[in-house]
Amino acid sequence: MYRYDEFDATFVRERVKQFRGQVERRLAGEITEEQFRPLRLQNGVYLQLHAYMLRVAIPYGTLSSRQLRKLGFIARRFDRGFGHFTTRQNIQYNWPQLDEIPAVLEHLAEVEMHAIQTSGNCIRNVTADHYAGVAVDEIEDPRVYAEIIRQWSTLHPEFAFLPRKFKIAVTGSPTDRAAVRVHDIGLRMLRNESGEAGFEVWVGGGLGRTPVIGVAIKKFLPKQHLLSYLESVLRVYNQLGRRDNLYKARIKILVTATGVEEFSRLVEEEWQSIKDSVLTLPQEEIDRIQAYFAPPAYESLPDWQPEFETARKANADFGRWLQSNVKPHRVPGYAIVDVSLKPESGAPGDASADQMDIVADLADEYSFGEIRVTHHQNLVLAHVRKQDLFALWQRLSASKMANANVGFITDMIACPGLDYCNLANARSIPVAQRISRHFGDPKRLAEIGDLRLNISGCINACGHHHVAHIGILGVDKQGEEFYQITLGGSSRDDASIGKIVGPAFSNEDVVDAIEKIVETYLDKRNDASERFIETYRRIGIDPFKESLYGNSQARRPAAE
Amino acid sequence: MSVQMITANRLHDGIVVYLAKGGVWTPRFAEGELLQDKAAADAALVVAEEAVKARQVVSVYLIDVAIEEGVPQPTNTREHIRASGGPTIEAEVGSWTGRIGD
Repeated sequence: MYRYDEFDATFVRERVKQFRGQVERRLAGEITEEQFRPLRLQNGVYLQLHAYMLRVAIPYGTLSSRQLRKLGFIARRFDRGFGHFTTRQNIQYNWPQLDEIPAVLEHLAEVEMHAIQTSGNCIRNVTADHYAGVAVDEIEDPRVYAEIIRQWSTLHPEFAFLPRKFKIAVTGSPTDRAAVRVHDIGLRMLRNESGEAGFEVWVGGGLGRTPVIGVAIKKFLPKQHLLSYLESVLRVYNQLGRRDNLYKARIKILVTATGVEEFSRLVEEEWQSIKDSVLTLPQEEIDRIQAYFAPPAYESLPDWQPEFETARKANADFGRWLQSNVKPHRVPGYAIVDVSLKPESGAPGDASADQMDIVADLADEYSFGEIRVTHHQNLVLAHVRKQDLFALWQRLSASKMANANVGFITDMIACPGLDYCNLANARSIPVAQRISRHFGDPKRLAEIGDLRLNISGCINACGHHHVAHIGILGVDKQGEEFYQITLGGSSRDDASIGKIVGPAFSNEDVVDAIEKIVETYLDKRNDASERFIETYRRIGIDPFKESLYGNSQARRPAAE
Repeated sequence: MSVQMITANRLHDGIVVYLAKGGVWTPRFAEGELLQDKAAADAALVVAEEAVKARQVVSVYLIDVAIEEGVPQPTNTREHIRASGGPTIEAEVGSWTGRIGD
């Protein structure tokens, strides 16, 4: 893992001290709320529906057990005993007191963490593939580049006041597990014809009220030019992005308005002027950062382990969990374990302080003391010996973190919604809870198979509903919560934006509507190997409309 | 004009509060002062703005209140959730039901 050097440590400590002073001045009346608001936002502090909210960055979603224990400690000591892991690999605390937040930040600094740039119109926490370093198809560990981008973008003076927030995601594999096509900039590692590793650069993706799949404006960017190219994109955006309209300020609007060709030309022009400047990455620097992410000391193990195979065959529940929550590892004898934060009836992404402690302990015992946070709001133990899987499963089961549902309909992304968020129009979590109960039978879950369902409580789409196979968007209709359903979205290599299926459903009816959609899929699929998204793309939206609204609605254009 | 009430968040801890009689801020919706007309609302807003200046509260605004079977209730879901002191979620994780700010 990356470790702070003296510069990092001093910088974070000074920043905490500075924010402590700002809070003291606010409480003493020396600055007004208007003056204080941008300062608190720059330190990840929002004022939400019930209380303040603190968003803490987990760079590229990697945590040490020590850091996770500290997050649990903060939840217990300064909050209400739990935290919420987000789609941007952050954690949010829902109830910190303003006058205690400087103390929280001091605790975070002790474990090399902070909340800087988790809000505001700046470059936010850089996210990465949660299977970084262990994925079978990986070319290089994306965290190396995410860390380089983090260092470049933290308090970058030119990009502290962008037209709007800016999100970057990196994947080191050709397979996209980091949703790079729906980020302001997405970087996907690939090899060119000479076998050299570099990045495909996607720009202008995003969700929110105007969902857009990004475009690849650079098919192959040599690694040494990563920062100069990013700086060029940011410069063009910073100069030309709209500042007159909050809703048209993201780079996706600029790329669309300018045209991909012209936007690419502007970036290229800027890049030619800074390409071989101080921003060129020397190989030694890449190697230096790479060393922080060196693989742990794996044992030399056989991939076939009889005890494991016996346990798998003897226990159906364990077998189901292996199917859905355990992935192949690049090292023989090891596996990647997804720790589900989606228990039946749970709030997606929430973890109690006790659960954080338990996962930290399990990481120490079984996974070299390292934990990942996924953009699907789960955790990952990335280096588990196959022979330990059964014991780990038992321990996770005892703590309600072994629901065999990763990638299934109950593995929902859900934003905090109207239960917490000042911007929301409708609740998300209670709907997610009802869906998780409705589809709680593990056998049926496995029968339905790969199906992504995401829920957002408003048009800002923090719950990624646009890129779910089934998306649910909460809307307010004359004071009542209604839920609009979209079908056919995806955030992966086949990225697409879901289509609205028809008029919205009431809070009472929305779960039944999801059931009808699932029944239609099960009825229409060719066989169990045809995933929901494949069936949808083969048969189109009409059969789903028909099952939801009857024949009369089947041919109507999407309303709402 | 419907009956109204003034709400805000307490500055030091962010907890939702309501303006009660005598310029007192209470975390309990039921204790908030019902403002029957515009004159009463305007007068209460002056008191609330003073509390902002005195650094007791932030984010002051008026909400509509309906009297249902003699009991005041917020008129929309958002304010219902705020008034309930926490999310409407049924879950084992978290202990939000335990604390209403004092």
